[in-house]
Amino acid sequence: MKLITLQRRVARAVMTPLTPGYRMRRVAPGGKPMSAVANGIIKPNDRLTSFERLEIYNRQYWFRVLDAFSDDFPGLRAILGDRHFDALAKHYLVDCPSQSFTMRNLGSRLESWLRKHSRYTSGRLQLAVDMVRLEWAEIETFDSASEPPVTAAALVGADPARLRLRLQPYIRLLDLRYPVDDLLLAIKHDASTNVASNAMQERQKHKKVSAVTRLKPAPVYLAIHRLENTVYFRRLDREEFAILSALVHGRTLERAIVAGFRSSPVPVKDRAPIVAAWFQHWSSLGWFVM
Amino acid sequence: MPANRFNSFTTYGVGIGLRIPHYDHILSRKPTCDWFEIISENFMVDGGRPLQILDQILENYKVVQHGVSMYFGSAEKLNREHLRRLKNLVRRTKSPWVSDHLCWGSGGGRYTRDLLPMPYTFEAARLTAQKIREVRDFLEVPVIVENVSSYAEYHVSEMTEWEFLNEVVERADCGILLDVNNIYVSSQNHSFDPAVYVNSVPTHRVAQIHIAGHSKYRKYILDTHDHPVIDPVWKLYDRAIQSVGHTATLLEWDDSIPSFTEVHSEALKANKYLASASLAAAV
Repeated sequence: MKLITLQRRVARAVMTPLTPGYRMRRVAPGGKPMSAVANGIIKPNDRLTSFERLEIYNRQYWFRVLDAFSDDFPGLRAILGDRHFDALAKHYLVDCPSQSFTMRNLGSRLESWLRKHSRYTSGRLQLAVDMVRLEWAEIETFDSASEPPVTAAALVGADPARLRLRLQPYIRLLDLRYPVDDLLLAIKHDASTNVASNAMQERQKHKKVSAVTRLKPAPVYLAIHRLENTVYFRRLDREEFAILSALVHGRTLERAIVAGFRSSPVPVKDRAPIVAAWFQHWSSLGWFVM
Repeated sequence: MPANRFNSFTTYGVGIGLRIPHYDHILSRKPTCDWFEIISENFMVDGGRPLQILDQILENYKVVQHGVSMYFGSAEKLNREHLRRLKNLVRRTKSPWVSDHLCWGSGGGRYTRDLLPMPYTFEAARLTAQKIREVRDFLEVPVIVENVSSYAEYHVSEMTEWEFLNEVVERADCGILLDVNNIYVSSQNHSFDPAVYVNSVPTHRVAQIHIAGHSKYRKYILDTHDHPVIDPVWKLYDRAIQSVGHTATLLEWDDSIPSFTEVHSEALKANKYLASASLAAAV
């Protein structure tokens, strides 16, 4: 058997979903008995059949990717509940297995997958999508590049009609329909609290579930950013979000500000001091690069 | 024997794997430790805290890179993006050598996230050696390969694991990261004498040694890196050191990680064997 043939067969078997009891399936993809697949490739020994030896790798694969996926999306788990989350995770990882040398990118296709597979969201598609966008943005912000920020001196005399500013590569801007930032922070707070007993864990779980059920839609504009390499969620005004988004899309400073206040209720006379304060704050956080 | 061309003629002592639960202790107390081994993939990022921590560690310690997903033995081509990022990291750490596993784990653009055992065939040895050479030429540092623990053997194999290791490293002209725990685990799972394996290793190519703990199940042993090193593995380590000489040694502890002090103390037990080997060499 050629190397590539053997590796394809083993990889296919190893990545085949487990049974609900987390064992290797008896039937391989394509309908052949898994024992026949295993017998054709792997030697048995005096303690384990070929099937059992292959199963060790099959289980390790799934335990590893499910653990990593679960670690990355605790907010989604809280929204869906354990049973629905586990079902979603298994199906997502079958459709979108790791294609990267790092597990960090395991959830990179989750948002688009979720939009096409709304049946896994228990009727809470928008809430689930919002949470996934936030959790993926947090992953990206954590280890994306940073560049030297623009100094105030570098901007002196700059013409707003020509000046184009970029945001730090680690900043992600999100417009959400649910305030999932509060929910995620609460979930993480619970997780970091030392839980001493099962009863306590159960109480916290109920608290989490009721927090999700109470969550009402409310538009939220967020910047996911870093300060001294810690990730923060910063809520933005709608106009603030629109200006930053326009800068991300390459608009000049002048055009970005115009776009930011399009159909804004903020009176024209009040806008200049507001924009000045925003720019001062963004600059103090080192958000702009040339 | 300690310094050879496969470890850039360095004489590193006993180190441990750099792990997140120890960051605070290491950065605040700056404990003595000969060197740290990092998992390359954890730091092949563009910025943020991982690189900040790494830079702080590099200010005070020697660091060597150890990879987990190059998959030299996979039939498909090397991932150029992976190589590019790995080389950037080598420039940052100045790692005197880079290690990864003698295994496969990717196929058709998908990653199994595991260190799957090779079929011990001449075809696999040729391909694997070619890829090791490609990686070394690209990175411009010595590349050494680690024997993995395994739970399965293939019908198609044409030789033993140690014969395959010899075949690959001779063809690639590369060094070896000899993991004596992995030899022990595989010897129990496949019923061979681990001493035969250790005795067959080309000693002049050993650039580094790994030690670790594992978990014993009823019918097999799993390489879990979550326990202290057991006596039979120390004995195997002693045998390896007696033939290879004083070699850079590293303890891996990846799960249920105890305090830095506990992990480091476990690693430092290696010094007893290293001292005895040095003494024997002097006599």
